[in-house]
Amino acid sequence: MAETPVVLEMRHVTKRFPGIVANDDVSFTLTEGEVHALLGENGAGKSTLMNCLYGLYHPDEGEILIKGSQVTLGSPRAAIDHGVGMVHQHFMLIPVMTVAENIVLAAEPTRWRYLLDSGEAERRVMEISERFGLSVDPHARVEDITVGQQQRVEILKALYRGAEILVLDEPTAVLTPQEAEELFTIVRGLTEQGKSIIFISHKLNEVLAIADRVTVLRRGKLIETVPTEGATEDSLARLMVGREVLLQVDKTPADPGAALLGVTDVRVIDDRGIEKVRGVSFEVRAGEIVALAGVDGNGQTELIDGLTGLMPLSAGSVVVDGRDVSRATAHQHFEAGLGHVPEDRQRRGLVLDFSIAENIGLHDFRRRPDSRFGWLFPQAMIDRARRLIKEFDVRGGGPRTRSGGLSGGNQQKVILAREIDRDPRVLIAAQPTRGLDVGAIEFVHRRLVEERDEGRAVLLVSLELEEVLSLADRILVMYEGEIVGEFPPTATEQELGIAMTGGGRERGVAA
Amino acid sequence: MTDEETSDVPSEPNSPAEPSGFIDRYTLSQRAAGLIAPVITAGIAFLLGGVVILASTGKAPWGVYAEIFKGAGLSWFFEVGNYRIGLPWSDATVWFPWNVNDIESQAATNLQQTLITTTTLMLTGLAVAFAFRCGLFNIGGQGQYLSGAILAVIIGSNLDGLSPFLHVTLALVLGTLAGALIAGIAGYLKATVGAHEVISTIMLNWIVIWVGVFLFTLGGPLQNEATGSPISHDVVEGAKLPVFWGDPLLQGLHIGFFIALAALVVYWAILNRTTLGYGVRAVGFNPEAARYGGINVSRNYFLAMAVSGAFAGLAGAIDILGWQFRISQGDILTSSVGFVGIAVALLGRNTAIGVGLGALLFGSLLTGTSTRNLDPEIFKPELASNLTLLIQGLIVLFVGADVLVVWLIAKARRK
Repeated sequence: MAETPVVLEMRHVTKRFPGIVANDDVSFTLTEGEVHALLGENGAGKSTLMNCLYGLYHPDEGEILIKGSQVTLGSPRAAIDHGVGMVHQHFMLIPVMTVAENIVLAAEPTRWRYLLDSGEAERRVMEISERFGLSVDPHARVEDITVGQQQRVEILKALYRGAEILVLDEPTAVLTPQEAEELFTIVRGLTEQGKSIIFISHKLNEVLAIADRVTVLRRGKLIETVPTEGATEDSLARLMVGREVLLQVDKTPADPGAALLGVTDVRVIDDRGIEKVRGVSFEVRAGEIVALAGVDGNGQTELIDGLTGLMPLSAGSVVVDGRDVSRATAHQHFEAGLGHVPEDRQRRGLVLDFSIAENIGLHDFRRRPDSRFGWLFPQAMIDRARRLIKEFDVRGGGPRTRSGGLSGGNQQKVILAREIDRDPRVLIAAQPTRGLDVGAIEFVHRRLVEERDEGRAVLLVSLELEEVLSLADRILVMYEGEIVGEFPPTATEQELGIAMTGGGRERGVAA
Repeated sequence: MTDEETSDVPSEPNSPAEPSGFIDRYTLSQRAAGLIAPVITAGIAFLLGGVVILASTGKAPWGVYAEIFKGAGLSWFFEVGNYRIGLPWSDATVWFPWNVNDIESQAATNLQQTLITTTTLMLTGLAVAFAFRCGLFNIGGQGQYLSGAILAVIIGSNLDGLSPFLHVTLALVLGTLAGALIAGIAGYLKATVGAHEVISTIMLNWIVIWVGVFLFTLGGPLQNEATGSPISHDVVEGAKLPVFWGDPLLQGLHIGFFIALAALVVYWAILNRTTLGYGVRAVGFNPEAARYGGINVSRNYFLAMAVSGAFAGLAGAIDILGWQFRISQGDILTSSVGFVGIAVALLGRNTAIGVGLGALLFGSLLTGTSTRNLDPEIFKPELASNLTLLIQGLIVLFVGADVLVVWLIAKARRK
């Protein structure tokens, strides 16, 4: 490694924000042709460090050297001029413009000084896309192409501007597994041509698959830079979280009791009049976790909305703890003993502009002790929030902190805390770990198992097979609005995968 | 005090947080701006107003603004002295820096006028602000205000002989309910069939205006025939609000001012200390999360509009009982305090204190530029009232532009 020239060196970079040190004396080197992963939990300071490199932030201390000479990066423009390109997690493309137009934007070939030379633009785009093996259709409009292709456009945009160092910020977060595989091929192709890549991620398997070296950040501090050779998911997770992480969920066999959630022949019709849930029946008993697996869009979302009273049932019945709630409002469902961790925590689970305390009171603000005869007692919510913040280890603020300012993992903990603290008989958790980092995932998993052991009936809806297999006591597979099979937790991913895609479609036995 | 404070306190969690997009950065700056932004906005509006003054009259804007300041009676506050004022219901007196017993100086009468207007604007501002907090744009403050005024004039000019306290209370309550009813219609339509509140409140404005015109037109059912003009009967003595500062015969400051101040407190309390306010704010911030939480979103749309209209209706009733005492067809057609309320709420960022201060600013402007106060040497009378409109327009443009943008972005993101 000593032979390959160093293209980028960040020395002792410190960046402070009011109340927090986002990067604390972080040093980082990148050699030519290397894929260097930047690993850390949400809020560990990965993006801050990269924003310093891209000229969006100016480090308070430390220096940045590109190809051996010290540079001051006052703006993204300056960073681009020094050969730094960045592909953001959320793409910065103009949907109505063509691929070629997007790529040449801000450095357009022109005719008569002011007119865009479309022919020349397309020619250059074709040339560059062939050179790096990233095929795109220059004429297509960005809004018409897939997310994976849009990402290629972003990469091409950076290459077009002469990027030697390419920063990919959580590039796989928006991709399907197949698209991710294609991205890895592209990344390897780029490094062969001498480009250097910084790969930001919190997914361990990806980092191991693609990176040469890994730099781990935790709470703004540099923990270690290690070669991926010889590293394992466990060793990286330990570096990242700072302690031993149980990637495998530790649980005893279930000891199911009485059925607490009974679902009989439920049908749900969505806003567009399509029957998304077509006669689903199952039950969840006290002390067991039943997982509902399936490919996204097979009616899971609508089923959950139906079970929780957010969407009317067109047929069938739902019984929670002996109470028929088939026609009840969402509020009555909660009263009947249902807890619901919703799929979309930002859009539905939390009022982001409310404080943590106010969100804790979301279901119960009409009742004592939160209120009496319509008069609110915020202190009651604040006290409860303070206790739950401690119990659920919510970090990043106190009861009065605005919920929107918390990281995703901590937001999810607030929701879990609220739902579990209401002591529900039935807990429905829809994709409870989506977008969370390892530490938070471990917490959520452990907590769900604990709630099961407390004697609650837990219904887990997840798109992640790994999660389903490690948590569930029974697995139901949903396909096109129906339950197409029931499996024990010993089933293989392959068996589940076949059922999830409609193969071997025989009616599962409903519990 | 309000949620602003809760969001400001330990806001370091935003930290490693990089404002990832324009929207995030924008809302962040909005939140950070808090108090400073409205002041800057008003400052810019006055600055540009000054440019217009300079361009159109050739006079130094500073002199004109000083004149407006004086015309609004705000100069009264600078006449600090050593006075004693009597406490109500007793013979005791306490020290007070301002001479409240001076009821006739120019500054004092001007200030009384300013505060009378401020009273109205606080309430119409609260009307707009309350709906805003539920994510609704109540543009019908004018109609709700007029319905309150009409009801108050009907009650106030009849039932002579009723005990004054009962009479005033009855007129105020019914005026308030009239405003609530009118706005409630828009809220009900929004809740049941999803009719957009902007459209329905504008239409309701016209319904109220034309009903009012009909009632008080020559030969109309409620016209005062003795006058021979399209005007209502006068409010009887017993139904008038007591004047506590100034000459009752020359529009002194009436106790409606305290009712409006109390309304600011009520507004804050409803929003932050009642379950109704909690629901309204939840729906305003994120209707989907509110629905998930078990809050009936439609019901809150209706209630928020009704409460909003109640504030505007109360404003109308107070104006009638406090200083107008009658309403003419012309008043109905030309009044615009409901619309100024929009500017007040925008400038005040929908907070109680902000609305209070915004109302004072606009109240001062309206009074300070009224032609009778301005020295024609300094400022052309025909330009005077237009200057208020101009500054009002500029403020709405600047405040409205950013607040509305943020609001629309938030609304779009929810979809």
